[in-house]
Amino acid sequence: MASMQITGAVMVAPHRVGAMVLRYLYLLRSSWTRLLELIYWPAVQLFVWGFLQFYIAQNSGFFARASGVFIAAVLMWDVLFRGQLGFSVSFLEEMWSRNLGNLMISPLRPIEFVCALMIMSLIRLTIGMIPVTLLAIAFFGFNLYSLGLALAAFFVNLILTSWAVALVVAGVLLRNGMGAESLAWTLMFVLMPLTCVYYPVSVLPGWLQTMAWTLPPTYVFEGMRSLVMMHEFRNDLMLEALALNALYFAAAVIAFLELLKSARRSGSLLQTGE
Amino acid sequence: MQAEPAIVVDQLVKVYKSTRAVDGISFALEQGSITGLLGGNGAGKTTTLAMILGLITPTSGAVRVLGAHMPRQRYQVLHKLNFESPYMDLPHRLTVRQNLKVFGKLYDVRDLADRISSLAEELDLMEFLDRPVGKLSAGQKTRVALAKALINSPQVLLLDEPTASLDPDTADWVRSRLEQFRKARGATMLFASHNMAEVERLCERVIMMKRGRIEDDDTPARLLIRYGRQTLEEVFLDVARGHGHMREAAQ
Repeated sequence: MASMQITGAVMVAPHRVGAMVLRYLYLLRSSWTRLLELIYWPAVQLFVWGFLQFYIAQNSGFFARASGVFIAAVLMWDVLFRGQLGFSVSFLEEMWSRNLGNLMISPLRPIEFVCALMIMSLIRLTIGMIPVTLLAIAFFGFNLYSLGLALAAFFVNLILTSWAVALVVAGVLLRNGMGAESLAWTLMFVLMPLTCVYYPVSVLPGWLQTMAWTLPPTYVFEGMRSLVMMHEFRNDLMLEALALNALYFAAAVIAFLELLKSARRSGSLLQTGE
Repeated sequence: MQAEPAIVVDQLVKVYKSTRAVDGISFALEQGSITGLLGGNGAGKTTTLAMILGLITPTSGAVRVLGAHMPRQRYQVLHKLNFESPYMDLPHRLTVRQNLKVFGKLYDVRDLADRISSLAEELDLMEFLDRPVGKLSAGQKTRVALAKALINSPQVLLLDEPTASLDPDTADWVRSRLEQFRKARGATMLFASHNMAEVERLCERVIMMKRGRIEDDDTPARLLIRYGRQTLEEVFLDVARGHGHMREAAQ
């Protein structure tokens, strides 16, 4: 049997994860608008912030030295936001098509469903981000890949946060139906000012700085600025972010499973409308 | 030795806030039997089916399907079950073949391509196989939903209004296919319906529900005799209007 045991209680069957990934790939393939949408917004963001950075750099010695910091921030933010959207939108597809009940009565286990959604998040991110990073090289001379191994550390931390947020959103959607759909599109923006995407943490008032340091992306954006502006890779920041991510991701998995249980009690799995 | 019933429902209760959707029902369905769950809107049929499938957790009572306690042990048996319901759809942008392929893989169906071909032939879906589900008519969609429900040759098949919104000819055709499937597979079938003629034709047993309770439970023939009626529709109306017990008492 094509199953591997992850823990005593949780089995993951790769063929079922593969079936769900196949389902989302069929969907992406059937709709060029869905594919275009993956690239469209990240590209728009890149151009707005890229030209702004050009303008500021021409008028400020400091920003001339910090060339690329805004573009790197835009691209990193997109990893965080698009990573969450890639997961959430794939999940929403099941609710939009009223297919969730079919899945929940099939042998597909919640953990397999989550694995498929994480894989789709990576696939959607790859489709959306690779062309945009190439545009960044072509138009602004900024090569994200030149960050090397640091980029991998940034990426892992950002994607883990994005999945933790997406898991909570999916749980709330299961429990409360489509009335909670707007969370999928907006929740990450609540974190945006606190994670200090475009400015250093030191800009925030003291009490907000404390809050900011409870969020893993804050460490990534600080680390990215340190690397781009000072050419210094901060291991300590990445490890702290990873520890926080492990905590938040575990909490998000528990929240998702509890909300699923609650949805079974309330009967909301059968009727996934508003 | 007698085989264990395919489905055992014992003192099942489901309460939503202040509403008792299902109120202490019990029944057992023999393997290979076909049973109709009859009742008006809000009688608790869909909630009962959903609890049998493990989709809804009961407030109290127990459900066992093929020996597994639902929903606690659902993953032991979900690959042997399937369900069709108007509350659920298949992804509209995927073609019929793609949908069946995805569900076939989820149910780990062997020789999936052959299974899809034989289902397409049985359910007359050949010419739609590569068409998106969203582009099909209501009758065609019902046939696709039925194909999905049969993809794993389920040992237990639950159906919620399987012929609702179909024209009489298509509905009759679907009933024939269900009968064929049961004979060939020896499957246990339980279906909720408002269509009395359908229940009369297909079912060996009828469970009549009203306000979450079982009002009556017998074969269609015995129900007709006991209520002194010509059709199940008349029996249904007696039960729905609360005349059933009065009539029996008078007799």
